[in-house]
Amino acid sequence: MKNVKFGISAIAAALALAGCGQSGGGGSEVKIGHVGPLTGGIAHLGKDNENGARLAIEEANAAKTKIDGKEVKFVLVAEDDQADPKVGTTVAQKLVDAKVSGVVGHLNSGTSIPASPIYNGAGIPVISGSATNPKLTEQGFKTQFRVVGRDDQQGPAIASYLATNNKPQTVAVIDDATAYGEGIANEVEKTLKAAKINVLPREKGTDKTTDWKAVLTKLRGRNPDAVFYGGMDATGGPLLKQGRELGIKAVFSFGDGACTDKMKELAGDAAEGLLCSQAGIPVEAADKKFLDAYKKKFNADPILYSPFTYDAANMLIQAMQKANSSDPKKYLPELQKLDFKGATGKIAFDGKGDRKDAEMTIFTMKGGKLLPVAVITGGKSQSFDDFVKGMK
Amino acid sequence: MDTFLQQLVNGLTAGSVYAVVALGYTMVYGIIQLINFAHGEVVMIGAMVAFTVINLLAPTGLPPLAIVLIGAGCAVPVCMLVGYGMERLAYRPLRHAPRLAPLITAIGVSIILQHVALMIWSRNILAFPQIIPSRTYFIGGAAITSVQIAILAICLTLMAGLALLVYRTPLGTAMRATAQNPQVAGLMGIDINRVIAVTFIIGAGLGAVAGVLFGTYYGLAQYTMGSVLGLKAFSAAVLGGIGNIPGAMLGGVLLGLVEALGAGYIGDFTDLCQWGLPLAACEGGGHFILFGSNYQDVFAFIVLILVLVFRPQGLLGERVGDRA
Repeated sequence: MKNVKFGISAIAAALALAGCGQSGGGGSEVKIGHVGPLTGGIAHLGKDNENGARLAIEEANAAKTKIDGKEVKFVLVAEDDQADPKVGTTVAQKLVDAKVSGVVGHLNSGTSIPASPIYNGAGIPVISGSATNPKLTEQGFKTQFRVVGRDDQQGPAIASYLATNNKPQTVAVIDDATAYGEGIANEVEKTLKAAKINVLPREKGTDKTTDWKAVLTKLRGRNPDAVFYGGMDATGGPLLKQGRELGIKAVFSFGDGACTDKMKELAGDAAEGLLCSQAGIPVEAADKKFLDAYKKKFNADPILYSPFTYDAANMLIQAMQKANSSDPKKYLPELQKLDFKGATGKIAFDGKGDRKDAEMTIFTMKGGKLLPVAVITGGKSQSFDDFVKGMK
Repeated sequence: MDTFLQQLVNGLTAGSVYAVVALGYTMVYGIIQLINFAHGEVVMIGAMVAFTVINLLAPTGLPPLAIVLIGAGCAVPVCMLVGYGMERLAYRPLRHAPRLAPLITAIGVSIILQHVALMIWSRNILAFPQIIPSRTYFIGGAAITSVQIAILAICLTLMAGLALLVYRTPLGTAMRATAQNPQVAGLMGIDINRVIAVTFIIGAGLGAVAGVLFGTYYGLAQYTMGSVLGLKAFSAAVLGGIGNIPGAMLGGVLLGLVEALGAGYIGDFTDLCQWGLPLAACEGGGHFILFGSNYQDVFAFIVLILVLVFRPQGLLGERVGDRA
């Protein structure tokens, strides 16, 4: 029997490209998982995220990174969750069974949230570079982190930008009666009221509303200087278009759900001048060194969240170095108190695993394109150009 | 006052589109007592076909109006074909079956059409290319866009044209005769199969135009857009008296107005603070709104229920005996 077992493991070892995997008394190979959708509608974003993590790992290998005095080889275990919550949990279990030391991902909040208890049960730290739903870090899991901002930091960001830059006296707030839309609209209203700005009684639509004219007509009679809508682009586009048709001159502002290029298609010329916010920073604001290295390695420009997954992977590696161990139990405390400077700026985690002072970017539609105008960090607004200068 | 006037303009525009869709329901019901639940999907397919054609032609540099007209010109025959196809394949074989069978078939056809559209045009929301420059005019404080004016004009023309067809032509006479009594109409030498098919085709053609108007007005199309639009138009047809052509027109416009005014004012009327209730939320000029404007879509169905309770034959309908 013994010989048979030995035979199987010998074959397995021979098959594995890194044949030294099982020898060396632990620590010579460290597996880091990455999960994102690699098939389906947002596969390009999943691949972009994976590339970010892959770049970090290959750089660490090229630099012959040592943990506890021994040189180690980092291996990226990339999995596809198809942006499907059910597949997300299966893949998470697969990574746990593969005994990864840490995980970067998942891309979507919808897959990250159901996967998080699985990682937590196994004690494996997981850092998302793109999941913004507040619930992810509200479950009390010590192993869950994210390096991107939360949706509920977005409301205050766009509201404070509106309050300081446009100085409206009266603002109308509309939402689409979904958890996301209502949540962000509530945050906006709170921040505006704190800035002593008059907020009109909340108006509501649904996430399927196409005719906003009744609501907008009512608002027009009250003459707001600005309108905020918490909802997605599919409803936000018609809202903006119809608002302009009715002759409303107010500034229209949106959260990230309606901060997409689709707004231009849906609202046409009316989209010009809209304000909207997104969690994180646009890729062009990331560290130049990262951008160049990414371009050189993958022969393409980073798309969206790869600077964040790059930072997430690097944070895992750095925490392991500090703890002199790739054992999750040992390096987790180091990760929690890590003070990190990465491609997206300074990163440190708060008690929940959220990024302290996460950046939010404000965009405006100009010439049919969304251009970043300001970056908000910890309630302070900074023009986008100044922010980029500070990063270089 | 200009708010009220504006709500009237909004309601009239939406209402006239409902009216054109409602005609499709009411014509078919009038002639074979079938509620063609797939009619909303015909409207959707009209919008989708126009979307594809307009998208293809938009970069060619043709005048925008010509592109939209070609789009509508392609949507109408496609929808007519769909209308004829469903009558021929799904309803004609069931003409003498119990009433429930074609009704359930209609629901089935509706689901099939929706999923065919899903396969062709994806589940995404399609942004209608906005090539027609929309100009806004102000009349007495109410804004009305050139697109809205065009919608009102087209809908009125279609309704007038249909009324002429039904009340002033031999075909219209044949349609009314078939509606009154198919057997006797058949004995008088009317080819009732042909008349019924033509009714479906005309209804589908009207639906196609409504779909194109809806798409250009709101700037979007999606494979699910037909279901709510269809239900509202059906409510409009019942409101006016199903089977009654002027009734569908009146019902559509009324429904549009009820919706616009309802959504515009319900928030104010259900704001508990203005009634002087001692609520915590009211302090310092706060508001406690019981029903917001998100209840807009509910009005169509409240109206439907009220009509069914108090005047089952509809506003212009006559009480008729069961003719089956």
